[in-house]
Amino acid sequence: MTTFLGMPATAPRGVGHLRGDQPFPRAAHDALDNSQLRRNLRHATTTIRGKSGRVIAELPDWQRLRDAGSAIKADVMSRLPSLLVELESRVIEAGGVVHWAADANEANEIVTGLVRRTGSERVIKVKSMATQEIGLNEALEDAGITPVETDLAELIVQLGDDKPSHILVPAIHRNRSEIREIFLRAMPGVDPALTDDPPVLAAAARRYLRETFLSTSVAVSGANFAIAETGTLGVVESEGNGRMCLTLPDTLITVMGIEKVLPTWRDLEVFLQLLPRASTGERMNPYTTMWTGVTPGDGPQNFHLVLLDNGRSAVLADTVGRQALHCIRCSACLNVCPVYERTGGHAYGSVYPGPIGAVLSPQLTGIEDNASLPYASSLCGACFDACPVKIDIPSMLVHLRNKAPHSPAERAAMAAAAYTMSRPRLYASAQRAAKMARIVGRRGRGLPPPLSGWTAGRDLPEFPEQTFRDWWARR
Amino acid sequence: MRIAFFATCLADTLFPEAAKATVRLLERLGHEVVFPFEQTCCGQMHINTGYQKEALPLVKRYAQTFDPYEVIVVPSGSCAGSIRHQHAMVASSYGDAGLAARSASVAARTYELSELLIDVLKVEDVGAYYPHRVTYHPTCHSLRMIRVGDKPLRLLRQVRGLDLVELPAAEQCCGFGGTFALKNAETSTAMLADKMTNIVSTGADVCTAGDTSCLMHIGGGLSRLRTGVRTVHLAEILASTESS
Repeated sequence: MTTFLGMPATAPRGVGHLRGDQPFPRAAHDALDNSQLRRNLRHATTTIRGKSGRVIAELPDWQRLRDAGSAIKADVMSRLPSLLVELESRVIEAGGVVHWAADANEANEIVTGLVRRTGSERVIKVKSMATQEIGLNEALEDAGITPVETDLAELIVQLGDDKPSHILVPAIHRNRSEIREIFLRAMPGVDPALTDDPPVLAAAARRYLRETFLSTSVAVSGANFAIAETGTLGVVESEGNGRMCLTLPDTLITVMGIEKVLPTWRDLEVFLQLLPRASTGERMNPYTTMWTGVTPGDGPQNFHLVLLDNGRSAVLADTVGRQALHCIRCSACLNVCPVYERTGGHAYGSVYPGPIGAVLSPQLTGIEDNASLPYASSLCGACFDACPVKIDIPSMLVHLRNKAPHSPAERAAMAAAAYTMSRPRLYASAQRAAKMARIVGRRGRGLPPPLSGWTAGRDLPEFPEQTFRDWWARR
Repeated sequence: MRIAFFATCLADTLFPEAAKATVRLLERLGHEVVFPFEQTCCGQMHINTGYQKEALPLVKRYAQTFDPYEVIVVPSGSCAGSIRHQHAMVASSYGDAGLAARSASVAARTYELSELLIDVLKVEDVGAYYPHRVTYHPTCHSLRMIRVGDKPLRLLRQVRGLDLVELPAAEQCCGFGGTFALKNAETSTAMLADKMTNIVSTGADVCTAGDTSCLMHIGGGLSRLRTGVRTVHLAEILASTESS
């Protein structure tokens, strides 16, 4: 008898955006060379960090809220299947249709089929990480359907034929003069006299988006939360574009990762406090839109919920790794990460960049396909302290490194070092041998890889005359 | 008090002055220091690079070597962090419940230097004299893994002759991260460059920290750039007196 239920272990290759073209160190090389990108990133992350820190400091119970968020998420993961079944029943009772997508290919087929049946050749989209993860825009375009991103930053990325580089601020790597050029080149009907003044740029986007909202009958959204007890979906956002997408069209299709479900409305209270303060540094996000099925004569008359697995069941099966599913996509970990600040989001090769991406992406794809990501961290721990749901990212990185494939050379070196270090006499003679090698050699410059990485920017310390243990033995 | 000393492989091999200073300091304060010769390395590099199985004998060695002692000191927040947060985890994930319990027990008796001084020995003024302009880098693992807080600063503030200057963006990582400095050398170097800029901006002639590993990284960079700023372990400052 088998217990295999037909779920794919990992997200499929060849579709979606979870895998980069090159390993992290090589991809980081390009970003490190781009001084404009680094300036943009530093400015943006420093600003958000400061703002977020100030509004978090206003709450006397922030640490208890984090504990509550963490506990609710742990509870959700421990009974995810039954919560999803409950959610499904409530959505159907409220007049919605529920679809289960095992992976990116199935989800794209479901959504594309649903849009085709409406006859619409265009959909408006409110920012959704899940649809980026599965490459829905590409799938829609292949089917002759035009997806229009309505979040301003997403729109900039889409018009620039670019990729998002931040969970919350997808165009964080662009400055305003770059944005002006993108609008002039790619925005339909844009005023050629456009300046790079932010209000002018925002007005141009507003005009274009208003026209699109009022003339498009199908919307695709993500979901920040789903409430199992009532079948209610929720999106939080800052610009109002989401409210437009969620209320104006006839048909609304929501694509949601299965980990987003919460048991009850009371649980939502915790997350509506945690998310805006940790992410945008706001006390409350400007727009919170909640909807339950369909209401005749009010809002979308057809509602479809696509529940996406795409590797999540495999993540859930790892009792250490499953914490990555607690993530509420606030991006606080990105904004405090010294590695992200210098390399940017594209270096991570996935729609999920930064520290959370370094633990989530390799689990969704299987560690072999993203083996360099768990190493894209100095384990400084700033992400753990910043996370509003207390995901222990450093420990997860260490856990994933232990599962990552290692090169035979590195494995041999590590095994030899462990062998030596677990034998005190051998260790003491190795200390002396290392010293001799250095004296005979060239004082540590021009060492072979991987040690050359060290000597490229730093001197090696000189070997002392005497090790501590020799000193101790002779005192 | 009788205190067992875990020197760490890095201090033992490359920075014996930091280890010697720890001994001198504790003896000056009237304590007996014991150095068990069977000690080697805490295994942090192996654990953090993804070689937990290889680290298991090192975890076992640490527990066996230090189990007989009531109080153990280690002049490294990073090694203390590994011992406290990783040793029992490695032991239990390789099915050795007995070792996991022993590791947890030894870890609870293992203190980083500033913790030992302030929490156990209840001393803030260690009678040191160090006439230099000094800036303090908190080191990530001291700060976030074992939460030493301002203990090192409290100790430094009592040192006579010492001019303590605040390091801008002190809590940002220097970019060392063990094998991170090798596997992601360019990113590590970019992080180090910012750390060095901040250190030089203070006008300090000495940068101190509670970890020889971060100091090796920062010191290697400062030396390459000929900045003239030296890196000195916290223990060496605290061990200094007017006569030394």
